[in-house]
Amino acid sequence: MNPTELTALLPLIVVAATAVLLMLVIAFYRHHGTAAGVTAAGLVVAMITLWPAWNIAPQPVTALLLVDRYALSFIGLLLLTGLAVTLLAYGYWAQRGGQREEFYLLLLLATLGTAVLSAATHFASFFLGLELLSVSLYGLIAYPRQADSIQAGVKYLVLAAVSAAFMLFGMALVYADRGTMALSALAAAPSSGLLWLAGLALLLVGIGFKLAIVPFHMWIGDVYAGAPAPAAAFVATASKTAVFAILLRFFLALHGPEMPTVAVMITVAAILSMLGGSLLVLVQHNVKRLLAYSSIAHIGYALVAFLAGSTTAVANIAFYLVAYSLTTLVAFGVLIFLSPTVRDADALDDYQGLFWRQPGLAVAMTAALFSLAGIPLTAGFVGKFLLLTAGLGAAEWLLAITLVVSSGISLFAYLRWIVVMFRDVPEGEMVVGKPVLGTAVLIALLLLVLWFGIYPAPLLSLLQNSF
Amino acid sequence: MILPWTILFLIIGSLFVWLAGRWRPLAARWMSLTVLALHLAALLWLWTQSNPSASSGQVLQSSSTWIMEYNVPWIPQLGIHIHLALDGLSLILIILTNFLGIIAVGASWNEIQERVGFFHATLLWVVASLTGVFLAVDLFLFYFFWELMLVPLYFLIGIWGHKRREYATLKFFIFTQFGGLLMLLAILGLYFVHGRTTGIYTFEYGQLLGTVMSPRTAFWLMLGFFVAFAVKLPAFPLHTWLPDAHTEAPTAGSVDLAGLVLKVGAYGFLRFLVPLFPEAAFRIAPWAMTLGVIGILYGALLAFAQTNLKRLVAYTSISHMGFVLLGIFAWNQLSLQGVVIVMVSHGISTGGLFLLVGQLYERTGTRDLRQLGGLWEGLPRMSRVGIVLALASLGLPGMGNFIGEFLVLLGAFQVYPVLALLATLGFVFAAVYSLWMVQRIFAGSRPTHMPKLPDIHGRELALMTALVVIIFWLGVRPQPILDTTEPAIQNLQQIVNQTYRDEEIGDRRLEIEYADNLYSPIINLPEGRTP
Repeated sequence: MNPTELTALLPLIVVAATAVLLMLVIAFYRHHGTAAGVTAAGLVVAMITLWPAWNIAPQPVTALLLVDRYALSFIGLLLLTGLAVTLLAYGYWAQRGGQREEFYLLLLLATLGTAVLSAATHFASFFLGLELLSVSLYGLIAYPRQADSIQAGVKYLVLAAVSAAFMLFGMALVYADRGTMALSALAAAPSSGLLWLAGLALLLVGIGFKLAIVPFHMWIGDVYAGAPAPAAAFVATASKTAVFAILLRFFLALHGPEMPTVAVMITVAAILSMLGGSLLVLVQHNVKRLLAYSSIAHIGYALVAFLAGSTTAVANIAFYLVAYSLTTLVAFGVLIFLSPTVRDADALDDYQGLFWRQPGLAVAMTAALFSLAGIPLTAGFVGKFLLLTAGLGAAEWLLAITLVVSSGISLFAYLRWIVVMFRDVPEGEMVVGKPVLGTAVLIALLLLVLWFGIYPAPLLSLLQNSF
Repeated sequence: MILPWTILFLIIGSLFVWLAGRWRPLAARWMSLTVLALHLAALLWLWTQSNPSASSGQVLQSSSTWIMEYNVPWIPQLGIHIHLALDGLSLILIILTNFLGIIAVGASWNEIQERVGFFHATLLWVVASLTGVFLAVDLFLFYFFWELMLVPLYFLIGIWGHKRREYATLKFFIFTQFGGLLMLLAILGLYFVHGRTTGIYTFEYGQLLGTVMSPRTAFWLMLGFFVAFAVKLPAFPLHTWLPDAHTEAPTAGSVDLAGLVLKVGAYGFLRFLVPLFPEAAFRIAPWAMTLGVIGILYGALLAFAQTNLKRLVAYTSISHMGFVLLGIFAWNQLSLQGVVIVMVSHGISTGGLFLLVGQLYERTGTRDLRQLGGLWEGLPRMSRVGIVLALASLGLPGMGNFIGEFLVLLGAFQVYPVLALLATLGFVFAAVYSLWMVQRIFAGSRPTHMPKLPDIHGRELALMTALVVIIFWLGVRPQPILDTTEPAIQNLQQIVNQTYRDEEIGDRRLEIEYADNLYSPIINLPEGRTP
């Protein structure tokens, strides 16, 4: 491996090294603040190393990884997400006892997995990255080791294992058909044989499980509800972003949306996800479940643009994923802030009168919900607009109209949540911790959501130049 | 640079008002009043300075009648600009917006006692986003402000409203959001049709005018706009959110809704729907006008059947807005002039009626007509004002509504005499519900349990006087408003005529259909497979 390849790989190496370092630190000096600090520092350094890597991109590193600007843009977003989750998790665990340090270890490994996924150009690295992510997530989800979270962790474990089996079988079929597992070789000469199509379909099923698109969404409500809030935030953002990144890279290279069978599969899944997600959102009273089902609909929206399959569509989807991640992090950030020490603030009643108790948090949550609903001044508005633009550019009227209907339906759920925050303050005080670090993160995320909503041009041109 | 500042001034003002409210409620009230008054003064100064009739319109160059405009790129990748432009029509509507904003602040002086700072901030935010809607000539920017307007109104009704406010505010938001999203689809459709035929991808209103497309495409895109504007107006089958929203809103919210939000729908029809899709609009004109007439009669009948005073006034709004729909789709000079006057005078007179209802409620604690009566002896001043407003609403000559509705009828009669005749019945019904309302409140005997009530004075009297003076001014001398809006209206008519003629000639038709089938087979999906 020569120095250029090392430079290109530096962000991944830094994250991996931080994980090792943290393991050693914990072995010798178990301290919550130190563990979080090491993690955050590692992620920041990894972000800085994106700069030299960006300048030499695109650079293949072995046959497995390709560090191009596409990968680096996604890795940047994923590292940012990981950092935000780390800092929010610090506030969350600071109020709780027990052995909290390994949480950050798992978080680093999961982040590494997502980064590998965004750079993967080979079935082997694809699967490696995915398993690195999944195995860390089992631990993260079950972390508090209470009944709920263990149930959620086991549920995720079983379903992830099943989906991994599907995916492996799909990869095997493609390999049996073409005799190669490298994306470039596959893309050079696509075939249309039965093995090939069956392989791609099984791959899609596996990816569908990870993205929780209907009909592979059964796990998501329980996992969000049972997992500790920071872990749920990571599942909602980084895990989905990374899987979407690899979906985009593989299926666009293989001209997936142009194959009628694949296009029909994705179209049906997109319509079911949009409508199913937004209808399921309506009946939720647990806000973590509400966010879970809303994420189903949001991934469905992104699939609309994915079907358009053009280069501009990819930039638009990337913008949308940025907007969605930031928004979801703000929502979970507020949720983490409000969580009492014994449980998460996941009931709608926990938010009653929030605007009059803590206007700052309520403004942040309102902005996040408006962003999810796609109301102007927020990044979610621009994101949804870009998806519609991509979809209509490919003349997908059916999908675009479904998107509109679905966001009209799910609007009700978001508005109901906002209404609760502006009700009168209930009797009896609610205890709220105020981690200073968390406040800064929340403000920064909120400003980004608003900034990308008001002036999206710079980010959009950055993304358009990367793809 | 003046145009963006008209919006920014209000937004910055609203932040300061919020802060001031945290310190002392009275400061928030005075501050928002000052902000709005300064703004109004600036706008009136602009009105005196502008001489819109001086410039003569050049067809398809809508920019020629702009009094002023402001244009900077916003999202250049998609051809989106922050393009604001002012002509006579938008100037009048912005002045109306601002004026009713002041009335709304005045109306809330006693009514709103909780969260005063935030209330006035949202009020200013409503005015700011409405100003944006009336100024935007980039379709994306228009949609941006269109949606932005919902947020403060949602808070206004949802926080300071009455008992069933949460239901009302959700219904309002979801109805208008659905309409808005359909409009967004139509805007994007237009964007792509224009882009594919000319190679220029833009949301610029001036460039999208006269986009050539097949009649089917035009029809479906037009329908997207139609639903959005018809929800806001509101037109007959899409009106059900309005009575609920009005009934549950605080007085200021009702004044804003009736006076301003409904005008946005009318403005959308005038500025965007008909000029962008003249042929499609004329094809559905009979249907749209029929909906207008149904709205006039249905609204009036339902108004008569109400026992809740606020609901009654809400239904009269539906009736008056029927005239707007009728006038717009008749699309001749008389009817369009009428539409402008109806928009202004309905804003003033209905705003006044809601104000009156609010004042009555503050005194009697009820809006139920069955519990009111005989208030004349106790409240002579309020009763006189009430009668003037009721007479204005029923369309008595000498007051604004009469001029507007009469012009609309004259114009509509030239196109569809039968519909115009049916709409005339609206005047009769209006007389019935208005007089009935006055009788039930002010005449008759006073219920025994009703204590002696203080009459209106000071602040309340000043607000009412201002409204009444304007109503008479509009009725006696509507010329300044007609003069100001005339060039804008004429320009819109010219645009429509020009485009319409081009389409009629039809020499480009084959080529056009070929072009938009080529790029997107699915855009014509609803009509089945075209060859």
